[in-house]
Amino acid sequence: MTAKIAYEDVEVGTELPAQAFPVTRATLVQYAGASGDFNPIHWNEKFAVEVGLPDVIAHGMFTMAEAIRVVTDWVGDPGAVVEYGVRFTKPVVVPNDDTGATIDVSAKVGAKLDDNTVRVDLTAMSAGQKVLGMSRAVVRLA
Amino acid sequence: MALDQSFVGRSYPPTDPYEVGREKIREFAEAVGDPNPAYTDAEAAKAFGHSDVIAPPTFVFTITFKAAGQVIQDPQLGLDYSRVVHGDQKFAYTRPVRAGDRLTVTSTIEAIKSLAGNDILDIRGEVHDEAGEHVVTAWTKLVARAAEEG
Repeated sequence: MTAKIAYEDVEVGTELPAQAFPVTRATLVQYAGASGDFNPIHWNEKFAVEVGLPDVIAHGMFTMAEAIRVVTDWVGDPGAVVEYGVRFTKPVVVPNDDTGATIDVSAKVGAKLDDNTVRVDLTAMSAGQKVLGMSRAVVRLA
Repeated sequence: MALDQSFVGRSYPPTDPYEVGREKIREFAEAVGDPNPAYTDAEAAKAFGHSDVIAPPTFVFTITFKAAGQVIQDPQLGLDYSRVVHGDQKFAYTRPVRAGDRLTVTSTIEAIKSLAGNDILDIRGEVHDEAGEHVVTAWTKLVARAAEEG
């Protein structure tokens, strides 16, 4: 495993570069196909509204996949991720227009652990709502 | 209707092997818009110390969730899947999933709770490779929302 960030260079509170991830209806259709999750709440507005949602929502696992990119882009090697967990607190609502929604992800080092690993605490927001809670990754650094 | 507590600790038989394809990894990486070369370029993956292209961290959910179908669709458990939402998800990796892996999943019910009429089900999926070595464990929390009155 070769991470491009050295354990010695990181402190509790070190911020990772934040990123904004766009998501449109087309993104959700593509993710449905790649993941095999064809639940209609992720592509069928009529169905989503019928089950009480405001509109089509993104797959929680799509949001989880985007959020960890802040960590994997930082370290380089995605294989350096040792643990990753989230709580799905609010849905990412994706309107049927040209812009869709945006998932804003920020992250900072929450703790330095044994064996050159650090805990990264992630924050994911969309339309002013926190869409992931308890979102943490443990990653091995160089 | 609360789920039967006696199902806690129940394990289901390992799934048939899922063979991780190079192009499936590429398709997944493209779907999440992730250009990390470790997912598509074997040389780049080797430079990181991997023997072949690896999968994005959450890719394995596509395999473990399918395996969890054994639990979700167990008629004896009787979960109302139409009311289920995904509560939490966690992974702990021994190593990344990579192209060529033949992975089996063993699903276990870790906990069943009832909270304000909601059924909360914790499923652990242990993922092993063909040699029987541990690759990753996935914990999935499902919440079946209470049925509405009338």
